Amino acid sequence: MPDIGDIAANRLSADQYQRNFDDIEAPLDRKRALVEASRCYFCHDAPCLEACPTGIDIPGFIRKIATDNVKGSAVTILEENIMGGACARVCPTEILCEQACVRTAQEGKPVNIGALQRYATDWLLDRGIQPFQRAKSSGKTVAVVGAGPAGLACAHRLALLGHAVTVFEARPKAGGLNEHGVAAYKVPHDFAQREVGFILSLGGIELRTGQALGRDVTLAQLRRDHDAVFIGTGLGGVNALQLDNEALAGVEDAVAYIERLRQADDKSALSIGRRVVVIGGGNTAIDIAVQARRLGAEDVTIVYRRGPQNMGATGHEQDFAQTNGVRIRHWARPVRLIGDSGRLAAAEFESTAAGGPGRRFTLETDMLFKAIGQVFVAAPVSEGGQALLELQAGRIAVDAEGRTSLPDVWAGGDCVAGPDLTVSAVQDGKRAAHAIDRYLRNA
Amino acid sequence: MADLRCTFAGIKSPNPFWLASAPPTDKEYNVVRAFKAGWGGAVWKTLGEAGPPVVNTASRYGTLEVNGQRMVGFNNIELITDRPLEVNLREIKQVKRDWPDRALIVSLMVPCVEESWKSILATVEDTACDGVELNFGCPHGMSERGMGAAVGQVPEYIEMVTRWCKQHTRMPVLVKLTPNVTNILGPARAARQGGADAVSLINTVNSIIAVDLDAMAPAPTVDGKGTHGGYCGPAVKPIALHMVAEIARDPHCAGLPISGIGGIATWRDAAEFLALGAGSVQVCTAAMHYGFKIIDDLVDGLGNWLDEKGYADLPAVVGRAVPNVTDWQYLNLNHRIVARIDQDRCIKCGLCHIACEDTSHQAVAATRIDGERHYEVIDAECVGCNLCMHACPVTGCISMVEVETGKPYLNWTQHPNNPMRQAAE
Ligand SMILES: Cc1cc2nc3c(=O)[nH]c(=O)nc-3n(C[C@H](O)[C@H](O)[C@H](O)COP(=O)(O)OP(=O)(O)OC[C@H]3O[C@@H](n4cnc5c(N)ncnc54)[C@H](O)[C@@H]3O)c2cc1C
Ligand SMILES: Cc1cc2nc3c(=O)[nH]c(=O)nc-3n(C[C@H](O)[C@H](O)[C@H](O)COP(=O)(O)O)c2cc1C
Ligand code: SF4
Ligand code: SF4
Ligand code: SF4
Repeated sequence: MPDIGDIAANRLSADQYQRNFDDIEAPLDRKRALVEASRCYFCHDAPCLEACPTGIDIPGFIRKIATDNVKGSAVTILEENIMGGACARVCPTEILCEQACVRTAQEGKPVNIGALQRYATDWLLDRGIQPFQRAKSSGKTVAVVGAGPAGLACAHRLALLGHAVTVFEARPKAGGLNEHGVAAYKVPHDFAQREVGFILSLGGIELRTGQALGRDVTLAQLRRDHDAVFIGTGLGGVNALQLDNEALAGVEDAVAYIERLRQADDKSALSIGRRVVVIGGGNTAIDIAVQARRLGAEDVTIVYRRGPQNMGATGHEQDFAQTNGVRIRHWARPVRLIGDSGRLAAAEFESTAAGGPGRRFTLETDMLFKAIGQVFVAAPVSEGGQALLELQAGRIAVDAEGRTSLPDVWAGGDCVAGPDLTVSAVQDGKRAAHAIDRYLRNA
Repeated sequence: MADLRCTFAGIKSPNPFWLASAPPTDKEYNVVRAFKAGWGGAVWKTLGEAGPPVVNTASRYGTLEVNGQRMVGFNNIELITDRPLEVNLREIKQVKRDWPDRALIVSLMVPCVEESWKSILATVEDTACDGVELNFGCPHGMSERGMGAAVGQVPEYIEMVTRWCKQHTRMPVLVKLTPNVTNILGPARAARQGGADAVSLINTVNSIIAVDLDAMAPAPTVDGKGTHGGYCGPAVKPIALHMVAEIARDPHCAGLPISGIGGIATWRDAAEFLALGAGSVQVCTAAMHYGFKIIDDLVDGLGNWLDEKGYADLPAVVGRAVPNVTDWQYLNLNHRIVARIDQDRCIKCGLCHIACEDTSHQAVAATRIDGERHYEVIDAECVGCNLCMHACPVTGCISMVEVETGKPYLNWTQHPNNPMRQAAE
């Protein structure tokens, strides 16, 4: 075993890989779903509903599970959130609906809304039922850029309302971060693609993959050829550490690595360090750390510059990392990456704890992941280095309905301000679709 | 520890908990296991005449499930014992010999002919059991043959058969009543008239527990068809309590011992039956659901409760609530209470509001204070119906508090709105 640069594939048995990247939570069977559903009080003016960014009628769908009206339950969910299946798996419910659930106040144990939502939506998806029917054609066309949660939610709602939608997606596959970013064990198997298939099966949506805005099409073309445009391109760039030596072998961008991981059919082919350091405090940091462990890394440490309560990752996510054997060190920032013949050997940190510039320490490591945030890349919506629409704090500026500074262009999801969550992206897409619909019908 | 020993119609048992006549008491094996577990007595599964035994169906049971809680109600289409009479008698004799301190009562159901009763009583007496229970209650299968509920629904028959039995045996005779009548006092008084030493009730309630919507037949389904059965379990307790109370406060039945049956699953259920006048209690469904080991908590819980309340023994509680059972027309119409929400306990589920708003008196205001949900009772609108208190999922969050009206006791017979009122003075 080399002392530095111990980066290798195939660290585990086929069985272990299989287990590590399977569903983290087994789905509820009917019996357990009925018991869990019966815990819901069917609240009036339900706090959980208010806490759901997409406004799903939570007491309503849970009651339908309790009465074995599972199809009705699924439709109740999907009417408000067409990615109800993905959201059931990826939503940080501990800071959304389940935090607001009155049972959290009562006994610290909310109704497991996420699991119930999954039960209902899986039921429908597994049966290949198409519960929606498009309104009659409006004769209008809309271009949607980006086939992530925001773009797909917008496209689906527009198609439902009778408009013809063309989706331009830069990557070969649709799904956005559901397909390329979210941790593998949250959406295992081909769930993201099945959900995309379900959304497209409504009809009225033409998906064009391998079509990047700014490369294959321009905003001007889209505005010319369509009655309206929605932009949901997410965040294309990542923050750098701003240190020398970031190009050393073994220094990786977490988001790019996760994308490779998500696209790898055979996880054993992925090389991972024996000792891994992750810089960052958000969910991406947690995700890469846990997945590194699950790829067989022996020793994984997250280093975050502030305290646990400042982390972007929820308490639940932090606990999850720790139960997966990830160590979290707070109050330290990297100051130096130390190489050895072009390979990463160690990283030096400085304490950021109160009381001035602190003590320094070094962690020997084979691989270091940068997970310190993503940024919006304006190039595709620019011309001659000039953004064609107004930006605000580095993202696309929009009004309450998601409309940009251009009268026929809307935007939503991660590329606009707001919580960077799948469910918020879906809500942005849905809300913009209704605004576009009003605009098209009045035009 | 309070004294739980029970003497009922002359029958002694170490505690008041008997297994009701049903599958748990169908054979020696079960009854011995029950006695080992600590049950005070057992009423042997109903015996029929000598000769070929009855035949049962498959399946036999259906259940009512409420919100994931299994067997809240239970329904069966079984008949009396399907084992030969001699086998049962031999086992009964053996069990009584091995367990002399336990109450062992034998349930009987034979055709409505004096000779039939006379002959079976003689053989049963030979087992040295403590008494017999006449099964006039079975609602299915047997009444079609002129037995069970077919007898239990006709007071004259009850009286006649009871009288025969009293004539032909020295053993205490318990008459088990069917709830499938409009007024339980008819059968109860007839039993007393016939000389019964006690009554036991209730047997099961006529029911179709569910319809299998795929088979399009009542459940439980037997080869595509179903039939009505007998309903029991926790869901029937309120029906049983009412019938027990009616008998307990009936002057014609004064002093008639009552063995309370129906939905008893916990010591608290049992205590309620005792308070309404039952001298012993019988259990079936709860044992069929959880096994005999529930006796541990029944005995222990009842003992602890008696101790806590300072009751020395069972007679101290039996019938203690009976004087407070009255008719509606004697309730005080000037008694006023209003709902009060404990804001510290409130979890903001809004159920009190929507219940009162949609279906009662619009007396719970829903507001927001600094964006926080807030629910508050409007005293002037509250009629004190208790609905919100029952809808509230948090124990102790809504209570009903008495409001001093300064008005004297006034019941319906005295009320000015009653055209038939009696003079107030
Ligand atoms: C590692 C990671 C883990 C996450 N885990 C969670 C989680 O557990 N739960 C949760 O709620 N959220 C999670 N998120 C956030 C969530 O994934 C995003 O908020 C959500 O996907 C945003 O949706 P979107 O449609 O705005 O963008 P994206 O999902 O990023 O989709 C944008 C799409 O646009 C395409 N695109 C980009 N540029 C162009 C272009 N120029 N032309 C055409 N197409 C283009 C992209 O290829 C992509 O398909 C995570 C994010 C990351 C990075
Ligand atoms: C499967 C089954 C069979 C029964 N058989 C008899 C019987 O043979 N004789 C009888 O008197 N009561 C019979 N019963 C009625 C019970 O003894 C008892 O009165 C009734 O179930 C109510 O009590 P519980 O609510 O505790 O079950 C039977 C009940 C059940 C569930
Ligand atoms: S807050 Fe909880 S209990 Fe109330 S409706 Fe929502 S999930 Fe059900
Ligand atoms: S007691 Fe009845 S009337 Fe009064 S607030 Fe409650 S539900 Fe309304
Ligand atoms: S039902 Fe109870 S917990 Fe719910 S809002 Fe009313 S008082 Fe509060």
